[in-house]
Amino acid sequence: MSQIDLTAPEVGDATLAAEGITVRLSGRTILDDVSFIIARGEFTGLIGANGAGKTTLFRVILGLQAPTHGQVRIDGNSRAGQQVGYVPQKFLLDPDMPVRGRDLVGLGLDGHRFGVALPSRSRRRLVDEMLEAVDAQRFGDARVGQLSGGEQQRILIAHALISAPKLLLLDEPLANLDLRSAQEIVTLLARIAREQQISILISAHEMNPLLPVMDRVVYLAAGRAASGTAEEVVRSDVLSALYGHHVDVLRVHGRIIVVAGTGHDEHAASDGSAGGAVEIV
Amino acid sequence: MHQVLRAIVEPGFFSSSPVELAAVVGGVVALVAAAVGLFTVLRGQAFAGEALGDIGAAGGSSAYLIGIAPLWGFVGIAVAAAGVMEMIGIQRARGRDLATGIVLGAGFGLAALFLYLGTTFDNTTGATVTILFGSIFALDRAILPPALALGALAVAIIVACYRPLLLSSVSPDLAAARGVRIRWIGSLYLIAMAVAVALSAVTIGAILSTALLIGPAATALQLTSRPGRAIAVAGLTGLGAMWLGLLLAYDSYDWPPLHRGWPVSFFVVTLVLIAYLAARVMTRRRARR
Repeated sequence: MSQIDLTAPEVGDATLAAEGITVRLSGRTILDDVSFIIARGEFTGLIGANGAGKTTLFRVILGLQAPTHGQVRIDGNSRAGQQVGYVPQKFLLDPDMPVRGRDLVGLGLDGHRFGVALPSRSRRRLVDEMLEAVDAQRFGDARVGQLSGGEQQRILIAHALISAPKLLLLDEPLANLDLRSAQEIVTLLARIAREQQISILISAHEMNPLLPVMDRVVYLAAGRAASGTAEEVVRSDVLSALYGHHVDVLRVHGRIIVVAGTGHDEHAASDGSAGGAVEIV
Repeated sequence: MHQVLRAIVEPGFFSSSPVELAAVVGGVVALVAAAVGLFTVLRGQAFAGEALGDIGAAGGSSAYLIGIAPLWGFVGIAVAAAGVMEMIGIQRARGRDLATGIVLGAGFGLAALFLYLGTTFDNTTGATVTILFGSIFALDRAILPPALALGALAVAIIVACYRPLLLSSVSPDLAAARGVRIRWIGSLYLIAMAVAVALSAVTIGAILSTALLIGPAATALQLTSRPGRAIAVAGLTGLGAMWLGLLLAYDSYDWPPLHRGWPVSFFVVTLVLIAYLAARVMTRRRARR
């Protein structure tokens, strides 16, 4: 059993439909027949350990990695184009970089176009609106490399949103943030999804910060996926089937802890999310 | 008053035709190097720029050997070297040092051969010094049209690719996600850099050419946080260093110990370094306040 899709919305109104995505790179199977659907305005968490295939899945959705089998449809189209906004995982910028937050946001609008951007009032207003939408007016004129992790995330989200995409992909945006910044970013994203009816797919190895706002979970383990609501997917039987060995799911004070069963130590250790009590908060 | 002015500007500075040519070519080169150099610094390709300059020495010396203008030797071999770097894998961060190092080594080997052959057959040691350290006062007037055309080409590449180039320099991931063909942009940029380095090599020498590429841009990065403004500041810094360097070099014909003039390259590079250090001190002060 490689697919567990419990409450799929109709394919017709899906913002994103992944249909049987398989990716093999130099003999290794990174993704194995992954299918799921994200409806308009839905907030979806892509949960999985490091190496589970999250970034590869994002690259497939962005059209940067051709799948060995299967296809991705975004709002009915097979090409991502400008419909997908993207916030990459690692973003290290030298403090010397002469790029202000608002420059980077502006490049989200027309960074793929040739030539020099002519200053225009409408462009400036749009950048200001985006900075306001992510509460970044205060540091919009500072160099991006000098901002904190949470501030950089806001600038990157504005960069991704300014082209009015249908789908926003964020690769581990909470990984390097302290708890408070992480919660602020999650709240901001939930508000954007609701108010602008943008579908959000956010990857994380730790699902608890997302639980309050997540409409749907796509759980990746060993290249295979299960999707549905958190109650439907994050269960012992479903995850055990996905991992191929016994996994316990504990719910404690509204948090979820995923614990690998004994007897599969080697496998569990190699694939962090089920290796011991990993989902500790 | 007249005495003071005379001490600063030697009589004949503004009426000398070699000086005029040097000022025009040097000015164009400084501006081109600034526009291209900003991205060299942003992309962390200073080492690649240095390698292109050093391998340019092989091009310049071979041009001497076969009797064509050194500019064509510099440009031809720098663009070819840029192509080889691209093939070896300069686009990947880890492949970059490797590609650069391999090209750099090959370039120095060829330069050693050509300079040796040149001095053996021609019996002139002047070529070696000219190639490596430049001699802007000895430029041939025929260099002006090709230098202007090449400078325009490099600037045209930068202007045409400005936004995708800036985005892919800031973050290749963001650029790729926006649909920018980062490899194409990177290759075009490498050509612009090869041309800028070659032009720079003609004026201040192959070995010193990156100073004009990196120095003014690095100075500008200290002073402004806007990319467009940084190019303007770098241009002014480069232009100032070039023209002031020419003036000082002209003055230095009266200086000890030889009374024969100090090399322009020395003054230009030193002035660029002073500008960079001054900019650093200024930003430190500002940061402390």
